[in-house]
Amino acid sequence: MWQTLTRWYHQWGSPRYFFQYSGVLLPWLWPLAVLTLVVGVVWGLAFAPADYQQGNSYRIIFIHVPAASAALLGYIAMGVAGLVGLVWRMKMADIMIKAIAPFGAVLAAIALITGAIWGKPTWGTYWVWDARLTSMLLMLFLYLGVFALMNAIPDPRQAGRAASLLSVVGVINVVIVKYSVEWWQSLHQGSTLKVVGESAMPSEMLAPLLISMLGIYLFFACTVLMRARTEIMVRERKSQWLREVLR
Amino acid sequence: MSFRATLKREVVLAWRRPAEIINPLFFFVMVVAMFPLGVSPKADLLSVIAPGVVWVAALLAVLLSVEGLFRNDFEAGALEQMLVAPTNLYVPCLAKIIAHWLLTGLPLVLVAPLLGYMLHLPEQASMTLFLGLLLGTPTLTAIGAIGVSLTVGVRSGGILLALLILPLYVPVLVFGAGAAAYAANGAPVEGLLAILAAMLLASLTLAPAAVAAGLRISNGG
Amino acid sequence: MACYTAAALKGTLVTELPLLETTDLYCERDDRVLFSALNWRAVDGEIWQVAGVNGAGKTTLMRILAGLHGFFDGEVRWPRWLAQQQDPRQHFLYLGHKAGLRDELTPLENIRWWTSLHGDTVDDAKIFPALACLGLAGYETVPCAQLSAGQKRRVALSLLWIMNKVVWLLDEPFTALDADGVTLIENRLREHAANGGLVIYSSHHRFDDAVRHVRLALGEVEVA
Repeated sequence: MWQTLTRWYHQWGSPRYFFQYSGVLLPWLWPLAVLTLVVGVVWGLAFAPADYQQGNSYRIIFIHVPAASAALLGYIAMGVAGLVGLVWRMKMADIMIKAIAPFGAVLAAIALITGAIWGKPTWGTYWVWDARLTSMLLMLFLYLGVFALMNAIPDPRQAGRAASLLSVVGVINVVIVKYSVEWWQSLHQGSTLKVVGESAMPSEMLAPLLISMLGIYLFFACTVLMRARTEIMVRERKSQWLREVLR
Repeated sequence: MSFRATLKREVVLAWRRPAEIINPLFFFVMVVAMFPLGVSPKADLLSVIAPGVVWVAALLAVLLSVEGLFRNDFEAGALEQMLVAPTNLYVPCLAKIIAHWLLTGLPLVLVAPLLGYMLHLPEQASMTLFLGLLLGTPTLTAIGAIGVSLTVGVRSGGILLALLILPLYVPVLVFGAGAAAYAANGAPVEGLLAILAAMLLASLTLAPAAVAAGLRISNGG
Repeated sequence: MACYTAAALKGTLVTELPLLETTDLYCERDDRVLFSALNWRAVDGEIWQVAGVNGAGKTTLMRILAGLHGFFDGEVRWPRWLAQQQDPRQHFLYLGHKAGLRDELTPLENIRWWTSLHGDTVDDAKIFPALACLGLAGYETVPCAQLSAGQKRRVALSLLWIMNKVVWLLDEPFTALDADGVTLIENRLREHAANGGLVIYSSHHRFDDAVRHVRLALGEVEVA
């Protein structure tokens, strides 16, 4: 088990292996991502029952919750990649950070916008300084920071390493930020979704939510793989192996 | 060895360039003075926003002053000497952070109660504001130093530094200003000050390592 | 090309190993190859000049050797200290392209901080004669801002007399020096090599037929 994992780690850590096998994976992953996303969202928006309190307005959670959770997951993934890049100086790690950052920022923005739209019928205003919305706003800022740092440093390798360090610091911080913002204010309704234990949500709503979450994750994975492939092509443009693969 | 020498050097440097100590202090006072002008001179309103205003102003003053932490050394080539030396880079980095706080952060903390008074902060909150800043501003300097280490070679790094660092300042701001607001309402604040102290210890132990790594990266490593 | 690992080196006489060895060193900047296939061995008692036109990558190479610049392919090894499991940096004296002095501090204060970073307590009794020997007597406690560029360079170079290191990595050491200063430094470099040290300096100035060189030219490298 452990050996398989370390072998995978080393294989996928090599740009060449990554490029070749992500190329094999993507034609399968893309249709799967689009399919789950469409099924989840259409089911949620059109067929799931209306909420007895919020009516139809709650349906935005089928976009809001997946986007928010994927944004958080993406940030954690950047932190892990950053740690790997800093400790083992793995080339793929900072390529991954570069691939994750823009789309993660977009997801955080989507979560914020849908949250605001949801807020209008629920709280009567587009913006309240509620703990979750504020955390998501700070997450967007953290993403933008990584993005800005990478763009400010001309050398791509140096930019990648700087972004690695910032992501690691950011991930340590994000936990404290979340805790502090929750202390700061906890006006929001309780957690809608619990991974462990009984969910407060009826299964007719939960099923499409989980499917759209999976859909967003897969979609995220696809874009990250594609962006990573582009970055590999840029960095390895002089390599013999790339010419052979692309021929 | 290199800790004491670096500490001493930083103090001498600041002594020869007093503007670097005094300017952040002026900035701090001026920003606070803008609020009654911009919001309202009414005592009841000011006393409510006082903790937040003082804290945000202190945070910005630290952010602006910390930007110069490595810039002059970088431009003079002295930073390279720090990086090639065989001693552990952690030590001089820690010394620089501590020296920088003593020279620019501590003066802010000392004038903060006065500014609180001018904003009609209830007297029982004054001590908490002071203690909170005393525990919080070194954390701000330490976290800021990480950002500076990454942007030291970047052109127009100042605004970039703010983008990187401000989101990381949120917990200190929340607990620091929160503690002073609690105290103003007569609520107990020991727990919040303890959290600030914990963040101080964590940032002082971890940040120099991150700063060392950041300096290596921005110098081409 | 021999590969020196700590294990393989056991039993080898340490003094038989070269001080520096690079294998297939390759570095590019902004899509331009600075040097490639740089295979280079340097032993004690040698003086090496890193030559090349402006922008050829001399400073980058010096920074790589000093362990400052990490973005390159190939390997840089210091086999002798690898064998002794020592940190090679403790044997370096690196003087960068910029003099490395803070204008607000005096030469004495700059040098004291500098040596403290190396963990050395250097007696002022050693610093004063070194500065005097470089014609800086009387300037020891004057802020560096008041010194000329040549004098600042001399302050930095005074470390050649003050610190006791085997490998000298000097990036453009002759910049801003007058003829006197150049001769003084040349002699000091010869002296160091004669004492078994290794000098690597980047410059256009070749001062002795015995000086060997690494010439960088548009990606091509000549080691002679």
